[in-house]
Amino acid sequence: MNFREIADFVISSSRADETEVLAMEQDESLTRFANNCIHQNVSERNIQITVRSVIGTKIGIAVANDSRPESLYQLTTRAYDLARLQPDNPEFKGLPAGQATTTISAFDIDVATCSPEGRATRVGVICRKAAGAGSIAAGSLTTASLSIGVANSKGIFAEHRATTADLSTVVMGRNSSGWAQRSGWRLNSIEAESIADEALAKVRRGIDPVDFEPGDYPVILDPYATADLVEMLSFDGMGALSVQEGRSWMNGRLGQRAMAEVVNIVDDGLNMNGIPLPFDFEGVPKKVVPMVASGVVLTPVYDTFTAGRETGKQSTGHATPPSPQGRFGPAPINLFFKPGTATLEHMIASTKLGIYITRFWYTRTVHPRDAVVTGMTRDGTFLVRDGEIAHPIKSLRFTQSYVEALKNAEIIGMTPRVLRSGFGGATSVPAVKLAQFRFTSSTR
Amino acid sequence: MKELVDHALNIAQLKWARYADIRIIDRREQVVSVKNGNVDGLGDQHSQGFGVRVLVNNSWGFASSAYLNKAEIERVTALAVQIANASSVVPGERVELGDPVKTVGSYTTPVDVDPFTVSLEKKLELLFAADAIMRRNSGVKVAESSVIAVQNHKIFGNTDGALLEQVIYECGGAIAATAVNDTEVQVRSYPNSFRYQGTAGWEYVTNADFVGNAERVAEESHRLLFADVCPAKTTTLILGSSQLALQIHESCGHPTELDRVYGTEAAFAGRSFLTTDKLNNFRYGSEIVNLTADSVRPTGLGTFGWDDEGIPASATALVKDGHFVGYLMSRETASKLGLKSNGCMRAEGWNRIPLIRMTNVSLEPGEWEFEDIIADTEDGILMETNRSWSIDDLRLNFQFGTEVGYEIKNGQRGRLLKNCTYGGITPDFWNSCDAIASGKHWRLWGTPNCGKGEPMQTMGTGHGASPARFRNVKVGIFK
Repeated sequence: MNFREIADFVISSSRADETEVLAMEQDESLTRFANNCIHQNVSERNIQITVRSVIGTKIGIAVANDSRPESLYQLTTRAYDLARLQPDNPEFKGLPAGQATTTISAFDIDVATCSPEGRATRVGVICRKAAGAGSIAAGSLTTASLSIGVANSKGIFAEHRATTADLSTVVMGRNSSGWAQRSGWRLNSIEAESIADEALAKVRRGIDPVDFEPGDYPVILDPYATADLVEMLSFDGMGALSVQEGRSWMNGRLGQRAMAEVVNIVDDGLNMNGIPLPFDFEGVPKKVVPMVASGVVLTPVYDTFTAGRETGKQSTGHATPPSPQGRFGPAPINLFFKPGTATLEHMIASTKLGIYITRFWYTRTVHPRDAVVTGMTRDGTFLVRDGEIAHPIKSLRFTQSYVEALKNAEIIGMTPRVLRSGFGGATSVPAVKLAQFRFTSSTR
Repeated sequence: MKELVDHALNIAQLKWARYADIRIIDRREQVVSVKNGNVDGLGDQHSQGFGVRVLVNNSWGFASSAYLNKAEIERVTALAVQIANASSVVPGERVELGDPVKTVGSYTTPVDVDPFTVSLEKKLELLFAADAIMRRNSGVKVAESSVIAVQNHKIFGNTDGALLEQVIYECGGAIAATAVNDTEVQVRSYPNSFRYQGTAGWEYVTNADFVGNAERVAEESHRLLFADVCPAKTTTLILGSSQLALQIHESCGHPTELDRVYGTEAAFAGRSFLTTDKLNNFRYGSEIVNLTADSVRPTGLGTFGWDDEGIPASATALVKDGHFVGYLMSRETASKLGLKSNGCMRAEGWNRIPLIRMTNVSLEPGEWEFEDIIADTEDGILMETNRSWSIDDLRLNFQFGTEVGYEIKNGQRGRLLKNCTYGGITPDFWNSCDAIASGKHWRLWGTPNCGKGEPMQTMGTGHGASPARFRNVKVGIFK
């Protein structure tokens, strides 16, 4: 069955007051390599169908991966039965009404038809370059096509086809390593040669790292590290649910200049430079939402439920997929950190004493209200002295409020990098120089 | 089903696979969650499909599909072989799997009460009762409670001749109260912050007594708002059982995964400091530290009949009297060391390949009474219930945060502390362990959210521990 047939079947066979069906069909392949060879190589074809049944203000959710009519009927009946069991939820104001959605073409046939041999050829480029340099490469190459459809009994009907390509590698030398990654919806977003070269350059530069005393230092972040700042801030509270529950870093900062003036962050699901999605997982068209403008914290993003809890609010089109496990809440999945005008070389040249960080690793929230995060640097950490990279240093642990970190943003890089993120989206981030960042321990 | 299993394996062999296996899985999951007096989530998830893994020459291929029928099995098996052949474009070493695995049998998790036979009304009644008690505390902004039930029906067959059927049940849940004021947010959870979950029936939830603990949980979350912040210093640290369980998971379980040691997780989960030269040749912890991996302890999230390569459940030592003596292994990685697999290959579902995963990795009990450890501590901090966790890619440098802490002064439990953190280097930390509480205080916890692999797989692992004491630990690393 195609999505139109699935939607018609579910909605027409439902006894609920309101019914929604979300279908996500994916064909995803991933080639994984380590020790300069392909060691895991997988492919998956799956469909996930989620039915939300609404009776008054009660909601039942059922999920299955079988699109045959008898299964769809059981799924629809199950969602209805689950809704019937519940007490009313007065905060739920109903499913969204039908709205016109923008059509976006973010489907690359070259990604959708990329063969195992095509993936192996690209991976082979990296492995051979690493081996030629006496290094060891590991990483993965993903090619995926996704069809997403959302329909409800109030007139929503939205369909989108998308592709995603992602190639990343860590190349390891004797005592140094380097990371590189590219993501996009086009196959030409992931050029193996340049990825290998970038990682190998870090390996060469990072040989024989030395111990370094932790403390407060200015830092220059590669886009990979900046992405962690933006994604952890998103995780720690750029959706309305966490703000409404008082556990977001945005609480107490809305309308205030909590970050430096050079910081501008917008969620733009329609931007073709990212991995766009024209509507959210309840079919509401994506709005472009400036979230931080000139350092001023403006607003979280909303879905229909959280918008219904506040007077005069409308969904911004940021619902995440409904889950039986409970509401994750709305989330910005297409964040763009506005680039500046500086080169990485300029940031380094402007630094008397500081640390150049290529990547963060295993970052976790220590305290959500201030977005205090701990984590490690990895795959290349360098001391900058008198405007030049002096030498590599061993990885450091930091414990730092990411809000405070961006309050100390001084210079923003000119070249953004698009990196795949959660719920099928991507984050676009430049390099950033921060005046201060707190390192709390070093590793061996 | 046997006909479909045989069909896939025959096709694989006809296409020159020297080994193949197939897993056909039907998974049902039911979650009920309540938040602030309303149902937050109530639903069923059902997922079925199959995955075929083949070894052609020395290259692996895997393909999977949700569409279980003969024609799709033919397409998917052929695709798996095509993928394996493509893998050989960038070849590796010769793959050895050791002795053939020909086990035949069936296993079902023993349960007192099938969690799917308990009505949703009864589950909601339990959660609403706990929710109402937590919300009686005016300081609580968000009250959350949930229960989960899982049934995983797996059929496994391989070209060695193995044919296995397993039905694994899981059940669990948790409650949590979040207190908020103008500047603070504090969470207190019960029984654990990562959901309390085991291979068990509904009795696992009723034994936990969510309702009986709801008032305490709410009150502690509110008190934490006004508690003193954990001081920054180097001191004696006593870890409660559930926090120690996560410490074991991160600093012992992951570094003993042999695939990490061989570098095959280098780009994602990371590597390990426990390189093969250290096997039987490295002091991991003090002489009272004994760590084991087992897949047989009742209710453990790593308990099963056979792993996803058909290796039977077992128990093996990882650290004995402080010495590092064993890894978590697969058939392929064990063969590299001239050993036999101890059955640690597990896949999240039909659409994922098996990877080396923890089973139940536990710290064996010591001889101390818990209160005697407190009484024997002149100056220190007791920390319990995980709030944050981070560790480097070699599993050496770690930092954890806990929901709650108590100052220990002159053998007495003192003031409540919030925003507790501690950090260290794995072998230094375990070598500083000088007291482990007895079996009376030992508890087997479940970690239902362990992530590994690409595409990401989430796996449930078990970890048993009783409280233990560690000397000279850096605490209060906050900001």
